Amino acid sequence: MDAASLALTFLYYGAALVLVLGLALRIRRYATVPAPLKIPTTPAPTSRTGVVLRMIRELTLFESLFKSNKWIWLFGWMFHFGLLLVLLRHLRYFTDPVWGWVAFLQPYGKYASLMMVIGLLGLWFRRLAVDRVRYISALSDHLMLALLIAIGATGIAMTFAVGTDVVAVKAFFLGLMWFDWQTLPSDPLLYSHLILVALLMLVFPFSKLLHAPGVFFSPTRNQADNPREHRHISAWALKLEKGNG
Amino acid sequence: MAEQPAFDVPELKPYPVIPKLVEDTMAHSQPFVAKSDFQEPLGFPGELVDDWQDVAIKKMGELTDRYRSLQVFLDSCVKCGACTDKCHYYLGTTDPKNMPVARQDLFRKVYRRYYTFAGKHMPWLVGAEDLTEEVLDDWYKYFHQCSQCRRCSVYCPYGIDTAEISMAAREVMDSIGKGQKYCNEIIGKVHTIGNNLGLPEPALLDTLEGLEEEIEEDTGVAVKFPLDQKGADILLVTPSADFFAEPHVDGLIGYAKVLHEAGLSWTLSSHASEAANFGMFIGSYENMRKVALRIREAALDLGVKRIVFGECGHAWRVAYSFLNTLAGPFDFLDPQYPVPQHICEVTHGLIQDGKLRLNKSENDDMVLTYHDSCNVARASRMGDIPGGQFEIPRAIIRASCNHFYDMPADTVREATYCCGGGGGLLTDDLIELRVKGALPRMEALQQVVEDHGVTHMAAICAICKSQFAKVLTYYGFQMDQIVSVHQLVSNAIILTGSEQEKEAELSEAA
Repeated sequence: MDAASLALTFLYYGAALVLVLGLALRIRRYATVPAPLKIPTTPAPTSRTGVVLRMIRELTLFESLFKSNKWIWLFGWMFHFGLLLVLLRHLRYFTDPVWGWVAFLQPYGKYASLMMVIGLLGLWFRRLAVDRVRYISALSDHLMLALLIAIGATGIAMTFAVGTDVVAVKAFFLGLMWFDWQTLPSDPLLYSHLILVALLMLVFPFSKLLHAPGVFFSPTRNQADNPREHRHISAWALKLEKGNG
Repeated sequence: MAEQPAFDVPELKPYPVIPKLVEDTMAHSQPFVAKSDFQEPLGFPGELVDDWQDVAIKKMGELTDRYRSLQVFLDSCVKCGACTDKCHYYLGTTDPKNMPVARQDLFRKVYRRYYTFAGKHMPWLVGAEDLTEEVLDDWYKYFHQCSQCRRCSVYCPYGIDTAEISMAAREVMDSIGKGQKYCNEIIGKVHTIGNNLGLPEPALLDTLEGLEEEIEEDTGVAVKFPLDQKGADILLVTPSADFFAEPHVDGLIGYAKVLHEAGLSWTLSSHASEAANFGMFIGSYENMRKVALRIREAALDLGVKRIVFGECGHAWRVAYSFLNTLAGPFDFLDPQYPVPQHICEVTHGLIQDGKLRLNKSENDDMVLTYHDSCNVARASRMGDIPGGQFEIPRAIIRASCNHFYDMPADTVREATYCCGGGGGLLTDDLIELRVKGALPRMEALQQVVEDHGVTHMAAICAICKSQFAKVLTYYGFQMDQIVSVHQLVSNAIILTGSEQEKEAELSEAA
């Protein structure tokens, strides 16, 4: 095994650890900080089932964003669902034998990468061209798009143009999973792709990518509208109440 | 007409335009700072404390420990820009710091600097900033240019509600001694006297007697306004503006006529003579609770069975969404009725049951539209089904008058625009902001005036009514074009034994 493969092996263990641990700590925080008041944005569902449906609409259709701005919705949806298909397609590098439905998704996942990058380019164009969005953008907002586009572009290049030794890539990742480390083909495009992905994993828990767990914990979306029927009270508010008698 | 204003009133455009941003157009706008007399009774330092940076940063951490909304919203924004054209203050002022996300970022950049890994080590990368005097100035200015109307939260893909951030920012500022005079003075009056206006019981009694005389003169019926009547069934809690301001008082007359005609036993309370709860505007759970507890105390003291709220937007949010939390449980009240109820729910129920006779032609001098108040629309409900807060007031208006037209769909219901004076901004030191913030609503009104000949706009919020009575004139409308929903009911209702009933019988006989 060469030094580069070994470095990448450790990079991926580190990145996976940071991603999982970082997200777990953040999710624990979101779950444990109390929501003392009922603040759903109304009209809101009055039951738990209704809330689940509202959340599913938000997560799959980006309902609120659709109401807001059709361009952001279009590009955002293209990116996220492209990404989802691409990620699912990549399961083939982590499963042996490849699950049937993953094999089925393979051709769709390949073309989804194009949809993903077109969406990202659209979002970046808006970020540069619309004065309001340019105003609110920090350097990190631009770099995040650059990172995602670079990941997409290197992946697309390998999928559609130059190719890479996918059998060896799969062996490398299965090796990571089963602690049977393997050498990775020394393909600069492949290395770029994988290093950028590791970078994305590393910044995930420290960046705005926290919107991914955050959306599940947003009280304006995940609370049921039933304050008259059920008394909602947080632990600290109850303590306050007891203290005042 | 209003006196010549010291600023340019925006022009009403025939169709909505998203303006190009122009920096710092409202950098001069800020409300008066509260003096120690108004700060200390609320539990806040009297003036800016010496180590204000440390205190503020610590308070910020306490609040993210206390409110999941704040914690999640500070982390989750991706700067997609969906909210940037949704705030009436941005549309009316073009100041980019009035875009919801930019307003949040004033707070978020400090949070990032002190509470996130990236902001601590790479502030230049993520736009994190130290809490400097300039930043505090921006906070004071621009968190008092947010009416906490929640319009941005409707359109945010994560439901981020700038109101939550602006409440937190105001609470941090209060905690370091930089509070807003208007809100804090008013909350103090509620704590000591019982209402925003500081009306003591004798003044209240006097006003109510005047109203009784007025109704009797008008109708020949002795409609009573009971005050502190023990054993009454219903405690009516209404914004104190209803006791004297126009057109609010016409709404109050409407509630009294409805309750009288339905034969319901009710009372006002001098202890809880205020529905408004400005504790919400400053983000202070403790102050909000203290104000809300007066209602519980009054209900227990008077031995009522139900609590009904008058027409007031943010009051209905606090009542509907928070009262049970802040001052509940209300297990001593009649479980057959929701606690609390809105007067519109009561009136609507009575109309449904055929218990009120309404002569719509009494309102034929008006062509009406309806302004959904932000807190009613996006932070509460009426009736049993989601959206009842839109349908019930409209049903009451339709039952009370012949001519009603809605404003354009993207300006009503959940998409409604704030009047421009909500969230603790209804003060003359912010008049420029209030006028400019009313622009989107004024444009929508202008459209139905042109298309349908609308003459009047009805509302169910004391702040909206006061705000419109003031700002309508800046846009070439008349101050009396804003009316209360229950004013329409009051005009149309046929009280048993009234002059109007006799007239109606005569005209039927003829």
